[in-house]
Amino acid sequence: MLGKGILPFFDIHMKNKQYIQAWLLLLPALILLAGFTHIPTIKTIWRSFFSLGENTDIGFVWDNYEFLIIDDVLWQVLGNSFWYLVITVPASIVIALAMAMWINRHMPGRSLLRLSYFTPTVLPMISVANIWLFFYSPEIGLLNSILGLFGHEGYNWLGDPDLALYSVMAMTIWKEAGFFMIFYLAALLGIRPDLYQAARVEGSSEANIFFRITLPLLMPTTLFILVNAILNAFKMVDHLFILTKGGPNNASNLLLYYIYENAFSFFETSYAAALTVLLLAILVILAVMQFGVLERRIHYR
Amino acid sequence: MSFISIQNLTKSWGEAPAVNDMSFDVAAGEFLALLGPSGCGKSTTLMMLAGLENPTDGQIHFNQKNVTDLAPGKRKISMVFQSYALFPHLSVKENILFGLKARHVDPAERNKRLSEVLELVDLGAHMDKKPGQLSGGQCQRVALARAIVSHAPICLMDEPLSNLDAKLRNEMRSEIRSLQKKLGLTVIYVTHDQIEAMSMADRVALLNKGCIEQIGRPEELYDQPATDFVAGFIGHPPMNLIPDEETILGIRPEHIRLDESEGISSKVVNCDYHGANTLISTKFCGHILNFMIQGHRQYPAGHTLKLNWDRGQAHYFSRTTGQRMADITQNHFMNEGLN
Repeated sequence: MLGKGILPFFDIHMKNKQYIQAWLLLLPALILLAGFTHIPTIKTIWRSFFSLGENTDIGFVWDNYEFLIIDDVLWQVLGNSFWYLVITVPASIVIALAMAMWINRHMPGRSLLRLSYFTPTVLPMISVANIWLFFYSPEIGLLNSILGLFGHEGYNWLGDPDLALYSVMAMTIWKEAGFFMIFYLAALLGIRPDLYQAARVEGSSEANIFFRITLPLLMPTTLFILVNAILNAFKMVDHLFILTKGGPNNASNLLLYYIYENAFSFFETSYAAALTVLLLAILVILAVMQFGVLERRIHYR
Repeated sequence: MSFISIQNLTKSWGEAPAVNDMSFDVAAGEFLALLGPSGCGKSTTLMMLAGLENPTDGQIHFNQKNVTDLAPGKRKISMVFQSYALFPHLSVKENILFGLKARHVDPAERNKRLSEVLELVDLGAHMDKKPGQLSGGQCQRVALARAIVSHAPICLMDEPLSNLDAKLRNEMRSEIRSLQKKLGLTVIYVTHDQIEAMSMADRVALLNKGCIEQIGRPEELYDQPATDFVAGFIGHPPMNLIPDEETILGIRPEHIRLDESEGISSKVVNCDYHGANTLISTKFCGHILNFMIQGHRQYPAGHTLKLNWDRGQAHYFSRTTGQRMADITQNHFMNEGLN
């Protein structure tokens, strides 16, 4: 049976009973996938072409997509999302790796350190955002109070259009790094110590060991983290509800939050559908790039 | 001072020392095997020689130079690990060149040495493969090549053959030995396999509980074991050790023969057929006595056999200290033990 092609279900030699059983076994996953992924996706694409505003039976239109191009706010939001991605993803990965390398050694209080680095991940985003709201608030906030000790008048962290996005980024990095650290820590523990011993006998410096052994052996983990970090950069909206609501003047607005606003605040559901298709396209392109380009350069054990 | 000189080397982690006040010398070009059961401190000793463990006490000199506190990379040594320790993400070529690149050897020299060792270990065809695509024996050769290419005069080997199957192990044994002779390497070779130690080494150091029980040429360990531990460890099957009040009689299974006329009687317990010969266990003085007979022999349990051996082939050890006793002229056991 093995050699008979990629679609064993359609193998004519397969008994009817097995055929039904196979489909029954696939059914739960199929229902979930179709109900929550495939059908909504198709419907979203459909709506982005066949509706305008709240009107659904108007035939084929390009208007939603034409509006994408002339929508200045969208371009600002895309710019924000781009910088949000480009800054938070590398920063949280580098910090995660540094923390994991730091913790992955024998020292007193190691498990306490691990726990404290991991805490931000355990907390729900809403609570984290509320904690940071306290840090950032202009009058009584922790950051401005500290700055006040040095005679500085402080910043309006979330209210200043030049600062709001960076303030949101800082909180994201803080939350993400601890989560990624756990993966790096597990991967570091999986690297055999005799590789390091061999490298030391060969006269390798610490930097050489890091760049020639540790980093390449962590690449599968890095890819996994990278995919997750990039998806998270697009997926996270909770903190915007608490911290800035995309403001001021869309300075910290991100694509997913903008979709939410269009769909549920402005009730521009058809435009929101077009935006969703755009988000989907971006994610598909990123995924293809990651798995297609990076994967070939990575060694898997 | 010898090429390698180890003085009073000690390593302890709190409790009983893993290596206890160990001293020995190795001459240039010599192949020394550190042999012993697991937990005897042989690997710890090697790790300290490599600089991968810090000794609690004692000194290590390589080529008249005190290297006790030197980093592993500065000791002019190479090392072959039990699990090969090949870098899984690097090709065979890159694995071999790793050390030379780390030491910034110039590329022309690097390539010259690479082609030399690839020929020596016969790996030219696999140069661009990753370790995961190689067999165990090939991985072993890459590990050897990586050690040889450094041109370090001292090579430390930590049970390099223990992950190979029996046939490959035999091949690699003679291969390592001939490489060592060809290149004039000084090798310290850790193993728990006495056949490896006896067949490859110029000298064998038998370790027990962190101390050297005996160090000497393989035939010295076999012919004149210094203690009852050495006697019981070297040889396969191990020497029969039969204690009485003061002494322990040791007699090797291969030295016992059947002697219908003058032999002493003992009762067969078990017969084990090994192909070329048969291992027979008998009861003698309340102790099990093993010996070998050529060919296929089967005796029923309880069958009486008359056994004998040459007096010169019996060994005696002190019951209290385990030390070898000066040859006893009177065969104590022959005269009294049986009555």
